[in-house]
Amino acid sequence: MMDTTQALIDLGYIAASILFIIGIKMLGKQERARMGNLMSALGMLIAVTAAMFECCLDFTWVITGLVIGSLIGLIAARTVKMTSMPQMVALLNGFGGIASLLVGWENFHSQPDSTLFARVAVLLAVLIGGVAFSGSLVAYGKLAGKISGKPILIKQQALINVLLLVAALICSLFLVFTPGGIIAYVVFLLIVVLSLSLGVFSVTPIGGADMPVVIALLNSYSGLAASAAGFILLNNVLIVAGSLVGASGLILTGIMCKAMNRSLGNVLFSGFTAGPGKAVSTAVQGEPKPISAEDAYYILEAAGSVVIVPGYGMAVAQAQHAVRELGEILENNGAEVRYAIHPVAGRMPGHMNVLLAEANVLYEQLAEMDDVNPIMETVDVCMVVGANDVVNPAAREIESSPIYGMPIIDVDKAKTVLVLKRSMAAGFAGVDNPLFVKENTRMLFGDAKATVQQLVAQFKES
Amino acid sequence: MSFGLLFFVFVLAIFLGVELISKVPSQLHTPLMSGTNAISGITIVGALTAAGSGADLLGSILGTVAVIFATINVVGGYLVTNRMLAMFKRKSGEQK
Repeated sequence: MMDTTQALIDLGYIAASILFIIGIKMLGKQERARMGNLMSALGMLIAVTAAMFECCLDFTWVITGLVIGSLIGLIAARTVKMTSMPQMVALLNGFGGIASLLVGWENFHSQPDSTLFARVAVLLAVLIGGVAFSGSLVAYGKLAGKISGKPILIKQQALINVLLLVAALICSLFLVFTPGGIIAYVVFLLIVVLSLSLGVFSVTPIGGADMPVVIALLNSYSGLAASAAGFILLNNVLIVAGSLVGASGLILTGIMCKAMNRSLGNVLFSGFTAGPGKAVSTAVQGEPKPISAEDAYYILEAAGSVVIVPGYGMAVAQAQHAVRELGEILENNGAEVRYAIHPVAGRMPGHMNVLLAEANVLYEQLAEMDDVNPIMETVDVCMVVGANDVVNPAAREIESSPIYGMPIIDVDKAKTVLVLKRSMAAGFAGVDNPLFVKENTRMLFGDAKATVQQLVAQFKES
Repeated sequence: MSFGLLFFVFVLAIFLGVELISKVPSQLHTPLMSGTNAISGITIVGALTAAGSGADLLGSILGTVAVIFATINVVGGYLVTNRMLAMFKRKSGEQK
């Protein structure tokens, strides 16, 4: 009897693992992504059900936790605005991390004299889970505007991080060879504090535009923490699911770093403008050519193909709906309209795509950088809405520029470039942008949303 | 289960993850991230065990708080991902 139950539970875990794998696979294709998400949710349901059969002597605590958690999750997911999605993802990610930390803590608390192997797993779950939690909370604060998005410089930041990490590792080493007891417990709590501090000190100095890298990396951590929890409980489904997430987070991190032409170490350990590369910023020669919305209307009206390049400024101005409306008008006017999106535009991987999709821009119109660049010379008008560094030709042309070598969207190669921009201020990287003074560039100053609405009005009047 | 076997599973799953993710179009990076984020809520299985078998009151509380956080991660993560994916529309199958 017992054997049958255990076999069924194990089967459930295997089914869950398979559903996770298929689910992730399907998330990679737009047509099947929703189904993929459902499959993976079904996997989770099966895993939880199976766990209920073997977990509990007493269900009161378990049910209480499940009900409270479900309610909060449900309400949060229903009410969150699409524009708040980056911070929501950061927050949820942090919750996964703290859950793994607590699983480790409970195990340490309830089984003080566990095996060496279990002890190491507990420490890993606490360390990684703690960093994922506090790091995600700081990222949440930055994304939600509760903490300054600017890179906050802490003196000797790298040194502090190394010291924290070394201290945590020494404490861990001590615990591995010390059985239970009051001293061991104190050291354990110290490790919890150290790991939480490490997360805070690692993420605080990182600026807003580097957030896509950080979020992807923290995502990976929370997966690895779950995996460590799996090693504590000797449970394969945690190990499989956790490491799948860990791997996917690392891949995304790599993609984001590549899109900024920076190494992970560079992102983590140097605030961009604060880095040693800052000194040389060649002054850009020339005058920007500001035009009125009416002039811009005539340019757009005559265009046969338009590529719109959105950046974080579009999200700040909440201009995505206005931009979509303008896009539709241009299409009705006979122009071919596409949206070119840089991989690190915005504050999380794929941020701009989500905003535009919310504004009902069709999936086919969302183009990747590498698809648009080869045909840029044939484009009549390229309209840059609130993007700066990701369209800065200095990355191609000026070797001394801090962003030299970063892949950009080659908007300057289009026949005419319209730049919608609040003012002439430099972008996040603090680098001058030669695009603004190019021969074929016209500047439209003002709030992105208001400007686009003016353009829409111009079209409607005519 | 031996450490060797668990570690074997771990390494294989990492490689599988790399294979699965490496070709996702950048348009879908956000839902991919929040979808995998929901999967990392699998730690809920560990949390359930912790909450249901806590040795004393503190143990049960630690486990229960873990269950709460993990459940928010799971439920919130899947719902948010679903909401985002529902927004991606093509010309043909227009829903909603």
